[in-house]
Amino acid sequence: MFYREAGDFSTTYAEDQQTFPIKFDRYRYYLVLFIAIFVVPFALNDYWVNSLLLPFLIYAIAALGLNILVGYCGQVSLGTGGFMAVGAYSCYKFMTGVDIWWGGELLFRLPEFNIFFSVIMGGVMTALVGVLFGLPSLRIKGFYLAVATLAAQFFLVWLFNRVSWFYNYSASGQISAPERDLFGILITGPSTTPWATYLFCLFFTIVSAYVARNLTRGASGRKWMAIRDMDIAAEIIGVNPLRAKLTAFMVSSFFIGISGALFFSVYLGAVEVGEAFGIQKSFLVLFMIIIGGLGSIFGSFAGAAFLVLLPVALKVVGVDWFGWPTDIVAHLNLVVVGFLIIVFLIAEPHGINQLWRVAKEKLRLWPFPH
Amino acid sequence: MNEQLAFTIEVFANGLMAGVLYALVALGFVLIYKASGIFNYAQGVMALFAAMTLVGIQNGQVPFSHLINAIFGTDIHKFGWSVHSFLAIILTVFVMIALAWAVQRFVFRHLVGQEPIILFMATIGLAYFLEGVADLMWGSELKALNVCAAEGACLPQGMNMWLEGTTYEALGYGFFIDNLDIVASIIAAILVIGLVMFAQYTKQGRAMRAVADDHQAALSVGVSLNFIWILVWSLAGFVALVAGIMWGAKSGVQFSLSLIALKALPVLMLGGFTSIPGAIVGGLIIGVGEKLFEFLIGAPFLGGATENWFAYMLALLFLVFRPQGLFGEKIIERV
Repeated sequence: MFYREAGDFSTTYAEDQQTFPIKFDRYRYYLVLFIAIFVVPFALNDYWVNSLLLPFLIYAIAALGLNILVGYCGQVSLGTGGFMAVGAYSCYKFMTGVDIWWGGELLFRLPEFNIFFSVIMGGVMTALVGVLFGLPSLRIKGFYLAVATLAAQFFLVWLFNRVSWFYNYSASGQISAPERDLFGILITGPSTTPWATYLFCLFFTIVSAYVARNLTRGASGRKWMAIRDMDIAAEIIGVNPLRAKLTAFMVSSFFIGISGALFFSVYLGAVEVGEAFGIQKSFLVLFMIIIGGLGSIFGSFAGAAFLVLLPVALKVVGVDWFGWPTDIVAHLNLVVVGFLIIVFLIAEPHGINQLWRVAKEKLRLWPFPH
Repeated sequence: MNEQLAFTIEVFANGLMAGVLYALVALGFVLIYKASGIFNYAQGVMALFAAMTLVGIQNGQVPFSHLINAIFGTDIHKFGWSVHSFLAIILTVFVMIALAWAVQRFVFRHLVGQEPIILFMATIGLAYFLEGVADLMWGSELKALNVCAAEGACLPQGMNMWLEGTTYEALGYGFFIDNLDIVASIIAAILVIGLVMFAQYTKQGRAMRAVADDHQAALSVGVSLNFIWILVWSLAGFVALVAGIMWGAKSGVQFSLSLIALKALPVLMLGGFTSIPGAIVGGLIIGVGEKLFEFLIGAPFLGGATENWFAYMLALLFLVFRPQGLFGEKIIERV
């Protein structure tokens, strides 16, 4: 019934290879974009934006980034929290003007960047740090590497805690985003409007998804997947493992850095590094891509949506309906998340994305399955 | 004797003690990894779970009382008795064996033959699950853990006065070493020797090593994989219990107890995932290394608290030169 390619003839290679080759799918995609851009901003309020939409959009970017590294290139990383912290602190430094000191004297101070470029610079700096911590991946594989990325996690968090240059010598050790605007519309700070922050994050999410999708189906993506499936064989057929692994680390860290920058500047406004970017964050994003589906763009979104919704839903059901204490619901949340991870790994290792794909196959034949 | 040198030696000794405890946790990892190829991230949470269960049984807490109270509106907390430490430890061991069975039966039996990294992620899920269950079962507040053989014969606390006195007389500088650390080191040493003996000289221990060597060959000579896996998970549970008691007696039973797993990971990388001596030597190197680094370089020059990452950086640098760790088996990749 739905998703039928009947009557949908491609006459060019470009048409044949587009992301959504089936017409119905393509129009659904346009519809989703249309609603997200032109309908949602008028219909939302503070609660929806701050508890659901912003975390979803921001985590989706992080999940996309991690999925490139873990799902497409097969390099498991547990350093996501640390890399998000790099994005956040770079964004903060560029927002407030980077000051370079030498021998106790101020050499020069960069002008304050616009918030848009600060976020981009957050991504760029994280990409550099990501490449640095990706270097060991050339020697270390599997969960030796996973544990090695924990070094990045702990070292970076410690660095941002101890070196006061990163938080501009503030007494509290926190960083808080000053008020910044884009075309005269406030994006960060306490008095923003919900629709502005929403659209700002949505822009980054859409662009990230577009870039990720096109990178992963292009030459670089195929190289990553070759490395993932068997790195020695890939090397023999001419994939340069150094380039492939490091580009994967770079692109992945770039996205994660952007999400960290948005997480700090737009969503939270003020962060303390150990609390916001601890190891729990690394696991959370990893869980998102496991539940959503390793190696799929849609899966990153589905996983992010799922794990953002789950605590909110449990809180609504547990606290608001049944009146349970919040700590019990928080513990229950842990149990449910852990249980779901195990269930997904056993029953559906390819995550929600696979369920969606199976559903689509069924829909193509429905209502006549033969 | 030079004050600075004496200080350094004291830090060194304290590092050794801490290293023994790291080695104890790392041992649990190695046991499971050798026998089933599962890298068990949940080991730290198992230590937390074991310690919480022990305290709960000792104090006669009603399991899941918070949840029951929340659902049914009742107000029950305790049975009103307290259990002797020995009995409580034995009961906790049974709980850990039941847990081992459940983990094997409901999780890892379904994941046989999956890639190692999938199994690793499953144990992360298991860690979350167990942590939630432990909190629901016994409550998440900080608890004090006292293990007493009889009235007044508990695990010792505080510093060792005797050692300080003798060293002060002999060297002119009193060494400050925790009593509990000494006891913990002795117990850990006994445990390690016991485990090695078990693996070398008993039938089950040999079967365990056979499984570690080659699953299919072990199956074909009549070793029950299921039984061995439950056995190693139980052993790991027991090691977790000992580690939980030691760390719990030191700093109370609470969530941060589960973070000792994160301390044990670099120990494993350094020593090699597959080697029991590696876990011990790695533990000692990291225990001493991080204390000395903090004392000599970290605190004076880098602003302190370097213990969090030093072990990881050390292991990372080390792995770049020797990817299988100190004592690990050589990694051979075939296409």
